[in-house]
Amino acid sequence: MATATAEVRFRPTRLRPGVLGMALGVLAVAGLAGVLIGPVGLSPQGVLLELLDRVPFARVDSGLAEREQAILWQIRLPRVVVGGMVGAALSMAGAAYQGVFRNPLADPYLLGAAAGAGLGATLAVAYLPSGGGPVGPLPAAAFLGALVGVGAAYGLGRSVGRSRTSGTLILAGVAVASFLTAVQTYFQQREDDTLRQVFAWILGTLGTVTWREAALMAPYLVVGGVVLLLHRRLLDVLSLGDEEAESLGVRAGRVRLVIVVAASLATAAAVAVSGLIGFVGIIVPHAVRLAFGGSYRLVLPLSIAFGAAFLVLTDLAARTLLAPAEIPIGVVTAFFGAPFFLAVLRRSKGMS
Amino acid sequence: MRRRTGILVLTLALMAAACGDNPVAGPSPSPQRGSFPVTVEAVGGPVTMENRPERIVSLSPTATEMLFAIGAGDQVVAVDDQSTFPPEAPITDLSGFEPNVEAIAGYEPDLVVIANDISDLVGSLEGLDIPVLLQPAAEDLEGTYEQLGQLGELTGRQAGAAEVVGEMRRRVEELLEGVPEWLQAPTYYYELDPTFFTVTSDTFVGQIFAVVGLQSIADEAEGAGSGYPQLSSEFIVAANPDFIFLADTKCCGESAETVAARPGWDRIEAVQEGNVVALDDDVASRWGPRVVDLLEVVVEAVSGAGA
Repeated sequence: MATATAEVRFRPTRLRPGVLGMALGVLAVAGLAGVLIGPVGLSPQGVLLELLDRVPFARVDSGLAEREQAILWQIRLPRVVVGGMVGAALSMAGAAYQGVFRNPLADPYLLGAAAGAGLGATLAVAYLPSGGGPVGPLPAAAFLGALVGVGAAYGLGRSVGRSRTSGTLILAGVAVASFLTAVQTYFQQREDDTLRQVFAWILGTLGTVTWREAALMAPYLVVGGVVLLLHRRLLDVLSLGDEEAESLGVRAGRVRLVIVVAASLATAAAVAVSGLIGFVGIIVPHAVRLAFGGSYRLVLPLSIAFGAAFLVLTDLAARTLLAPAEIPIGVVTAFFGAPFFLAVLRRSKGMS
Repeated sequence: MRRRTGILVLTLALMAAACGDNPVAGPSPSPQRGSFPVTVEAVGGPVTMENRPERIVSLSPTATEMLFAIGAGDQVVAVDDQSTFPPEAPITDLSGFEPNVEAIAGYEPDLVVIANDISDLVGSLEGLDIPVLLQPAAEDLEGTYEQLGQLGELTGRQAGAAEVVGEMRRRVEELLEGVPEWLQAPTYYYELDPTFFTVTSDTFVGQIFAVVGLQSIADEAEGAGSGYPQLSSEFIVAANPDFIFLADTKCCGESAETVAARPGWDRIEAVQEGNVVALDDDVASRWGPRVVDLLEVVVEAVSGAGA
């Protein structure tokens, strides 16, 4: 809100190639660390050679046993890739939500996406037969639930409010989320043998992801990302306020709908494959704002890169700190994310 | 009948030694009715029954199985929604996870058996003068026998309990005779759910496998501080367990086929050699009399695989 717009005046608004290059460099380093380090000690040299072997026309012998190759290609690498995709999706969705609602506390779950997904997951665990089909019932139900949650919040917010202001939408989102959570709690109480499974899902996990999840999520991430990036300038205009935007010829309500749909699709896909991973959608965009400036021409692309890097690294911590046991990733994102964010906040105080 | 009386006399003698009570001062014992008042030392402290309980509420599926096994079934008026065995148990919508004190009290119980003291259930029920027996997950087979004994004494079914324990001990001994001598302890991965939660040897289930001589691959994860760690998929593949036991067949529809279809898991020897064993979730998650059935499945699997 005010702080974001103020910073637009002080900082460069164009994404300089150097900054983008640095962000991609950080992402590459994070990805490499994620592939090289894991609960099973694969030799770094072997992993690098194995990766090189897949480069067209390069043929090298990595020296990795068959089982180690399977671990690298079928378990570790997809987990790093999906982790990066989830981080990118949640971070860009968070940035977009903060922009369209001019609310620094907005996160991708603001409009009932989390509550809807939670209800969907609970119903799936309790009542749907498991197994079979290319997609398990839980991810599908979580995905639909997230979209139903956002859809209900948006529809109600529009029909209730006289104008389609962001405040009405947020309040509708709060009401819808409370309602859906109540329904979820009711079913959980009735089917209390589902508690553990649902709880584990709510904490978020990347422990079971495969290439299939990467393929399922990719279209939503790509389409959502492209739409949001195309709207980065309009997000700057929206951040001035609806009336100012309208006076500049921007149809605020319509732009907001498009952005919310794109961000929500990406969020729902992320939630479906990994559960509810909190905190990423808030801290990554804010850290980017504090470090590089508040224009969405910077915030969106950098949030995608740094969000991906952040989640790859936190997942690395989640699977190695207590190896071979896992820590729920939602715990790690908050445990490392919060102090990191405070440090960024502190450092930036002197600058702005 | 003579054997029962013998056990009764023995129990009475033990009781006298334990509580310093004079058994002769109590009401005259009859073989069927047991002797009351009786006090047992349980996890939550001493539990005293003035008379034989006739309206027992069980909020623990394991305790339900135990009560029916020792012959106290007709003294049970209500069991929780997870108590699916035996079929004749009076299942209700009472919950052991989110207990509703008023609903429990509505059955006018004279004894409530629980496995978890959730939100001070013991305190709330004792406030209503309802005796509560807390029987959390046993640590090993001896723990199961002890809980059966406690239930036997409190319900006046000492003889029935002793019979069940004796039969269990006999079957366990018989089964273990069929276990080969291992040169090196085979390893296993025990799956609680499809997100790779498992057990270490420190848990009740782990103890059952330890009796057969198997070692959990999760024992390396003891740093996690819990007997039920969540493992990384890649660690399971690298650990290459000799056996995989699935305790998530009913809840989550897992099977040898779904396990083999997981990326990378086809490299595990247990999968390649057909040593993926489907268990009954309910039997595997309880520490009641049917734990011997679990042991039987395990022994059969490992004997068939050859040493």
